[in-house]
Amino acid sequence: MIDGQLPILQVVLPLMMAPVTLILRNPRAAWMLTLVVTWATFTISLSLLMQVLDSGTIIYKIGGWAAPWGIEYVLDKVGAFVMVIVSGIGSIVLTYSRRSVEMEVPEDRIYLFYTMFLLCLTGLMGIVITGDVFNLFVFLEISSLSSYVLISLGKDRRALTAAFRYLIMGTIGATFYIIGVGLMYMMTGTLNMADLSALIPAVADTRTIQAALAFLTVGICLKLALFPLHLWLPNAYTYAPSVVTAFLASTATKVAVYVLIRIVFTVFGGVGVMEGLGVQHILMALALTAMFAASTIAIYQNNVKRLFAYSSVAQIGYIILGLSFVSESGVAAGIIHLFNHAIMKCAIFMGLGCVVLRIGGVTIKDMHGLGHRMPWTMGAIVLGGLSLIGIPMTVGFVSKWYLVRAALEKDMWFIAVLIVLSSLLAVIYVWRIVEAAYLKPVPENAAPVHEAPISMLLPLWVMALASIYFGLDATNTLSIALDAANALLHGGVL
Amino acid sequence: MDAFSGLFNYWIVVVLMMMGFYIVISQQNLIKKIVGLNVFQVSVFVFYISMGKIKGGSAPILADGIEIYSNPLPHVLILTAIVVGVATTALGLALTVRIKNAYGTIEEDEIEAMENTPSNKTPEATS
Amino acid sequence: MSPETTIQAAMITPLVGAVLISFAGRWPNVRETITLVTAVIMFYLVASLYPHVMDGGRPSLVVGEMLPGLPIAFMVEPLGLLFALIASFLWIINSIYSIGYMRAHNEKKQTRFYVCFALALASSVAIAFAGNMLTLFVFYEALTISTYPLVTHAGSDKAKQGGRVYLGILLSTSIGLLFLAIVWTWMIAGTVDFTPGGILEGKASATVIGILLALYMFGIGKAALMPFHRWLPAAMVAPTPVSALLHAVAVVKAGVFTIVKVVVYIFGIDLLSVMANSDWLLYISGFTLLCASIVALRQDNLKRRLAYSTISQLSYVVMATAILAPLSIVGATLHIAAHAFGKITLFFAAGSIYTVSHKTEVSQLDGIGRRMPWTMGAFAIGALSMIGVPPTAGFISKWYILHGALDSGQILAVAVIILSTLLNAGYFLPIVYAAFFRKAQGEHGEAPLPIVIALTLTAAGTVLFFFFPGIFLELARQLI
Repeated sequence: MIDGQLPILQVVLPLMMAPVTLILRNPRAAWMLTLVVTWATFTISLSLLMQVLDSGTIIYKIGGWAAPWGIEYVLDKVGAFVMVIVSGIGSIVLTYSRRSVEMEVPEDRIYLFYTMFLLCLTGLMGIVITGDVFNLFVFLEISSLSSYVLISLGKDRRALTAAFRYLIMGTIGATFYIIGVGLMYMMTGTLNMADLSALIPAVADTRTIQAALAFLTVGICLKLALFPLHLWLPNAYTYAPSVVTAFLASTATKVAVYVLIRIVFTVFGGVGVMEGLGVQHILMALALTAMFAASTIAIYQNNVKRLFAYSSVAQIGYIILGLSFVSESGVAAGIIHLFNHAIMKCAIFMGLGCVVLRIGGVTIKDMHGLGHRMPWTMGAIVLGGLSLIGIPMTVGFVSKWYLVRAALEKDMWFIAVLIVLSSLLAVIYVWRIVEAAYLKPVPENAAPVHEAPISMLLPLWVMALASIYFGLDATNTLSIALDAANALLHGGVL
Repeated sequence: MDAFSGLFNYWIVVVLMMMGFYIVISQQNLIKKIVGLNVFQVSVFVFYISMGKIKGGSAPILADGIEIYSNPLPHVLILTAIVVGVATTALGLALTVRIKNAYGTIEEDEIEAMENTPSNKTPEATS
Repeated sequence: MSPETTIQAAMITPLVGAVLISFAGRWPNVRETITLVTAVIMFYLVASLYPHVMDGGRPSLVVGEMLPGLPIAFMVEPLGLLFALIASFLWIINSIYSIGYMRAHNEKKQTRFYVCFALALASSVAIAFAGNMLTLFVFYEALTISTYPLVTHAGSDKAKQGGRVYLGILLSTSIGLLFLAIVWTWMIAGTVDFTPGGILEGKASATVIGILLALYMFGIGKAALMPFHRWLPAAMVAPTPVSALLHAVAVVKAGVFTIVKVVVYIFGIDLLSVMANSDWLLYISGFTLLCASIVALRQDNLKRRLAYSTISQLSYVVMATAILAPLSIVGATLHIAAHAFGKITLFFAAGSIYTVSHKTEVSQLDGIGRRMPWTMGAFAIGALSMIGVPPTAGFISKWYILHGALDSGQILAVAVIILSTLLNAGYFLPIVYAAFFRKAQGEHGEAPLPIVIALTLTAAGTVLFFFFPGIFLELARQLI
């Protein structure tokens, strides 16, 4: 009985609990409730993933109204996979969050933090599960609005301006998206994704549909921070509370990538827009630029959070590059990197949260000698860093292997060379931190420092070890990614 | 001439949209930016609403003698979008208040100048 | 124990050792005992595989699939066993030496030192037993990462610089070139398993094979082929036991070992010998060989001179492989063993001198042989082995390499070998001469006992190798 209702529960549960945290007001109680909710959604996500893998796509009709009149929730392999990523990261981050939030957010606003967190989770889950392009916009805005608030909770006053800038750019992105939706509706009269993908081929040559595609792509790329539309990201990640950075860095942009996948491969799946309209080449060029430009900028950053924020921009480049190959291994590389990057960035940003808790700052100078003072924290950060480089035995290696393979399959050997070259840039910025932490002496007048509390170290190491585990045994994750890629490329109908 | 008069609603949308966009980009004042953003969004509302209108169509209420109805769905959709827009505006204004408290100004160039001076808070030292 | 279990145990032992060592950090005696015991157990396990392999068995083990269709797999074959035998045997001796050296220097962070050492050895043995190129690559990188803390052990600015060069070159060659080569091989051949006779035959055009060969040869930066050799001198900032075991044996041998493996099991000797455009490997290795020897002549720092000597000796192996004659492959294999014994002795001696007298330059060594007869005696034996004079190990391997070169009519290779022998003599003999026949300066005696024991053992090994080359020779013979 309840089994059939699981898809809607994913959205409703966090949505209903958000106001409850508001009523509770007690920081500890709010945290407990949020914790229970996130783990519940994670469990449900896993069972949904199992269901999808066993018996194929799940379709849920809200209120029993059949599509295209009613809103449908549709969960296919990609969706279920991304949903597991989002809820998994959410529950790990939330387990970790209590101490970090207590330190970085004023006490009277802590319960608000958890309210916003739940709303953000609602939005992200909704985006993944919905099969309706307008419904998607609503969820996009729920997650965006709450993430603006979350970012503005940072201690530094620059968090406010960062949130404001993100608000402006995010709203423009969302508005672009909705213009695109409107144009599609004009031509097809439907908002259902499956319906759209069936109707669009007939009108694909009209300028309206092409304009719609352009608006949609630009709008989504703003949200996913594809270079050069990434300007909101570095400041937002740098000045947001550590927990928020860890959560958003590994989920928000990933979900935006998911939206791009949906639009390009599902809604426009029958048209082959990637090859036909040259979207492929534009995305590829931007992705490559992102990989090099953002990595290079990252090398020169002195704030480590900012450094990894730029690194995120570069890594989004890898994901988009994978998609832009439009081949099975390419799209699979994109999807698997979405997962892998979420894990490693989450570990890194959680580690930086521990550093903030104990040291108070995360400049390179704050890191001096930290390898001996906080060995567990720094160990996890270094593991995450190695994964960014793509050292074997880490998840980064798996993504890189498939990306290079996809490039070579298409005989684009120069792109293969560029991929490995750009990962060498990661060596430089990661090693700046390693050298600071392990080879620089502890500052002389430094106060004694304890290792971070176990309640934070545990989730941190779960993520760090996950980045090793899924690097050593990537067969399961990869087979899901390959299946999903296959489904997307062949028709892509939900 | 048809390209203009027949599509005049779209022209209005385009003009409004560009005005709003320009204000967002060019204005330094955060409040004005929000106003620009609103104009930008309103243009999309107009776009949706005018899209549903059918020449000679009446309101979609079943009644005798009326054959042509306007499409109500875009109108309903835009109701949601308006709500989202209001929420965004509210949040933007709230942020502006906080920024005013923290920086003492809501002019972006002045804020940027403050952020870039190394004197405020922890200077990010070079290693 | 079945051979499969033995393989597993041989790789897990050092890992367990590393964990125990890190727990025993507070009690130096316990810590060092664990290191020694681990080394002995590991050697025993590796050695117990010897009869199986000699009987023609190729025990193998699949741990699990890392990527679909690409398992982490191990297979013990003669070449790998030889490498593992040497590495694990010398680890025992090197541990004895380390104890003497690290204590005499009051080095800090000794626990980290021993832990990383055990990890490096685990990686080396995993490389030796790797059954496909992916497995090999995984542990190749693990070896790089696990030795980085050892190179930068001192924590000084100089160590940091050395570490940057070390990591920079090794990572950029392996990620930039080797990684590409492996993925490409996989695409072409559909497999990256080590298969006798190679896997690329008839799968790709000569041009592609040529490019692949270049990617592999330069991508395996650990083999220190010029122009990617700079990391080896840079790594000399490490404590001497590290230079001795890792940068004369484990790491560099992992490099040339990989080259031999790739040539024999990925390309196949037959494929390469019919290809016109594989000659360049001969030239570049010959060039590296001579160039490094000439540079070595001009180094006054003893460890740097040894490092350049290592670069040139590694190129012997590469060149012998590039000759592509069966006998020269045997020579290459033997040289991996022979050079290991000789070079570790030389490094032990250098460390011994530094421990007692804090002398690091060649020009300061006048008359030191009379104060440190054991050390310098061992040094002389090591030096003779490098030159290739009987009765030392170096003679045997050079003999086979020369034989192979003559057989296949590679006059150029013969000339290079002869010339380099002269150069080797030119940079080693003056040291020996000065040590024994010049006037002494300074007051000091012989090095601490563990050091003397260790270097005597390896020197003895160098000589014994000459008289009883059978163990290694039989293994090498199995290869062809």
